[in-house]
Amino acid sequence: MALFRFGRKQTPDTPEPTVAAPATGDATPAPVAAPSGGGLLDRLRAGLAKTARVLNTDVRDLFKREGRLVDEEFLEELRATLIRTDMGPAAAEGIVVDVRERLRARVVDPEIVIDSIRRQLLGRLEQTGAAVAAAPTGPTVILVTGVNGSGKTTSIAKLARLFTREGKRVVLGAGDTFRAAAVEQLSMWAARLGAELVRGEPGCDPASVAHRAVARALEGSFDVCIIDTAGRLQTQSNLMQELSKIRRVISKQIPDAPHEVLLVIDATAGQNALSQAKGFKEAAGCTGIVLAKLDGSARGGVIVPVTEQFGLPVKFVGLGETADDLEAFAPERFVAALLEGALAPAG
Amino acid sequence: MFESLTASLSSALNSLRGRGKLTEGNMREGLAGVRTALLEADVAYDVVETFLSRVVDDAVGAKVLESLDPAQQLVGIVHQELVNLMGPVDHSLHLQPGKTTILMLCGLQGSGKTTSCGKLAKRIKQQGQGVMLVAADLQRPAAIEQLAVLGRQIGVPVHVPDGITDPVAVCRAGVARAEKEGISVVILDTAGRLSIDEALMQELSKIDRTVGPDQVYLVVDAMTGQDAVKSAKAFNEALELDGVIMTKLDGDARGGAALSVKTVTGVPIKFIGTGEQIEALEDFHAERMAGRILGMGDVVTLVEEAQRKFDQDEMKRQEERLRAGEFTLDDFKKVLLQTRRLGPMGKVLGMIPGMGGMQEMLAGADLDKDVNRLFGIIDAMTPAERRNPSRVVDQSRRRRIAAGAGVDPHEVGDLVKQFDGMSAMMKGMAGLGMRDRLREVQRLQTQMTNPAARLGRPKGDTGKRLTADERRKQKKQREKDARRKKRG
Repeated sequence: MALFRFGRKQTPDTPEPTVAAPATGDATPAPVAAPSGGGLLDRLRAGLAKTARVLNTDVRDLFKREGRLVDEEFLEELRATLIRTDMGPAAAEGIVVDVRERLRARVVDPEIVIDSIRRQLLGRLEQTGAAVAAAPTGPTVILVTGVNGSGKTTSIAKLARLFTREGKRVVLGAGDTFRAAAVEQLSMWAARLGAELVRGEPGCDPASVAHRAVARALEGSFDVCIIDTAGRLQTQSNLMQELSKIRRVISKQIPDAPHEVLLVIDATAGQNALSQAKGFKEAAGCTGIVLAKLDGSARGGVIVPVTEQFGLPVKFVGLGETADDLEAFAPERFVAALLEGALAPAG
Repeated sequence: MFESLTASLSSALNSLRGRGKLTEGNMREGLAGVRTALLEADVAYDVVETFLSRVVDDAVGAKVLESLDPAQQLVGIVHQELVNLMGPVDHSLHLQPGKTTILMLCGLQGSGKTTSCGKLAKRIKQQGQGVMLVAADLQRPAAIEQLAVLGRQIGVPVHVPDGITDPVAVCRAGVARAEKEGISVVILDTAGRLSIDEALMQELSKIDRTVGPDQVYLVVDAMTGQDAVKSAKAFNEALELDGVIMTKLDGDARGGAALSVKTVTGVPIKFIGTGEQIEALEDFHAERMAGRILGMGDVVTLVEEAQRKFDQDEMKRQEERLRAGEFTLDDFKKVLLQTRRLGPMGKVLGMIPGMGGMQEMLAGADLDKDVNRLFGIIDAMTPAERRNPSRVVDQSRRRRIAAGAGVDPHEVGDLVKQFDGMSAMMKGMAGLGMRDRLREVQRLQTQMTNPAARLGRPKGDTGKRLTADERRKQKKQREKDARRKKRG
């Protein structure tokens, strides 16, 4: 009995943290490509509407107005909801275990569980949110890597846009010399954005393109040099070695470059993203992640185990198809947007 | 965390191996492992649940009680269930004789549509049919150029939009052109889109209505996570799919999306993309995929490939020479050349049962380059040296050969030593059928997966006859060692 009472005393006493924005304003999900232009938060929230909607509908479904008993069936439903965000069985299990330990056999209301999930997720995304490293003097060199079709070239265009908006001069290195017309794709973006492009012959050594791009950045005293690479699967270790070579070539010209090596992860990717993070971190020394295509129906939950296991911060999220649809990643906002709707009353 | 689905499933099922009977309890434990493995392989949550309940239904009851080896039985059921889930397969493109067949490819951004278009065109061309590509991806910068370059590589015409900005009109014009020119197959490469983008999905179904493609294929990235279910459903509702092409299966993606997509849409997975080369498009086989998933290897494919690509007469000649003990370095080179015709060495190894781990170990280590070095060494030898390397090649010859082949002298020595061991092994294998030979190779894998181990010449007969008692004693010792090894 005493034990039982003890258990009861453990009711979460933390006051409910204030949500970043009033939930009512978002009852209807904004169209993704909304020309809102303004509020960073608005656009992030719009891009994450899908994520929120899933968690929000499903979690809300779990709770009747009078609260629900936390039993195995309840926990199973919670687990299913979490797994559908692609965070993976292990991460989902961690959250479920946490909820079970604290709330098992109790009748709960939504806020308590949502609050605990939010805290869990924030704890898991803790390392993230670092800003883009910049060179103390001279050009900042950014190498962009990823598997085939993850959205590297588009992300580079968005990054370039971000820097040119800040008034910086950008030179792009078209290092994808393998895929047909990849150079053309980047050169079209370069023309649109007014960035300079350094290109090589199709099929030539990408390291030579990287070398020339950095050389151009130095001689033309550009602020930023972004280098594209061909998509490669992390299992192709000869291609992964090529990345190490590109790194070496760059650091010969500027000792502390590349200042950032970004891995572009497709938000629709499942657990293979873990293998990607591992492979690219080992071979290319990745320093951060760009989570692309977050505007689709995929939720990108896989970054939870990725950041947790590899300590790779998510630096940007891609939220659409235009060059402006790139935002800095902020875990608080990410989680808030992720769980925002879950606090709103049903209906 | 990073083992393949194969490995995770094997370990889950291994926990059942060696237990006397399949009780509900120990089966649940094994199935919980299967469940985690499937979720880690990105099979959609609901699909996993359906799959497991079906397995339980099949496993519990009479069949299990009658079964002598419950683990084997469960493996069989899991395998069969996987096959049921992913099959039946239909590889036909359903080309319409006498008229232009229209194929349409659609999918999310970056799933590999354009590359798959090229691979499909190559395949159709190889079958002796005329084929044309239509570049209807007007969204992504340079997508048209990409398709045009691919078309040039394969040698097929590409219809590019001439200033037209409406993909529907482009498709219509492309199909009209193909019909006029009497080309039997036309492939439409559409723009990648989000499944939730209503406007673009409507545009897709407008193309569908306007040109009336005979077959619509969805291109799915093997690395897709839980979202595969949703996007496949959306595309299927907008277009009524006829098949699925799964791409990027050459990586370590576990391809759980294959199970999900098949379950949700009900349309067969037709082809799989297994590499960046334009030829790397293979037929999808549910049996083989399930076998691969369960670690049974893909023997059927290998045997089939081998029979297609090996020069049968040459094989027979080699075998006779082997039996006569005349196997030389020249023959060795021929064998390597034959094997290489199957495809990149790493891929061939991966298809041999039990060699999956080997493939992983060698991943990317450029096997083909190594083989080329071997060829260089062999080419730098005199005929006499090739005939009997271990006897003829001394230190000064070794240095000469190394200089001629541009390698280190120790590499020549290594080849000679390895060839010695190998020719003994090959002589033993001569006369065995393809299947037995594969089994033999499998038997050797423990030895080979130790990278430090070299293939040595097997020990000959000692000539000493043992009494029955001594043999018994020896057998006992061997078993004891085996047990100890197993424990350790």
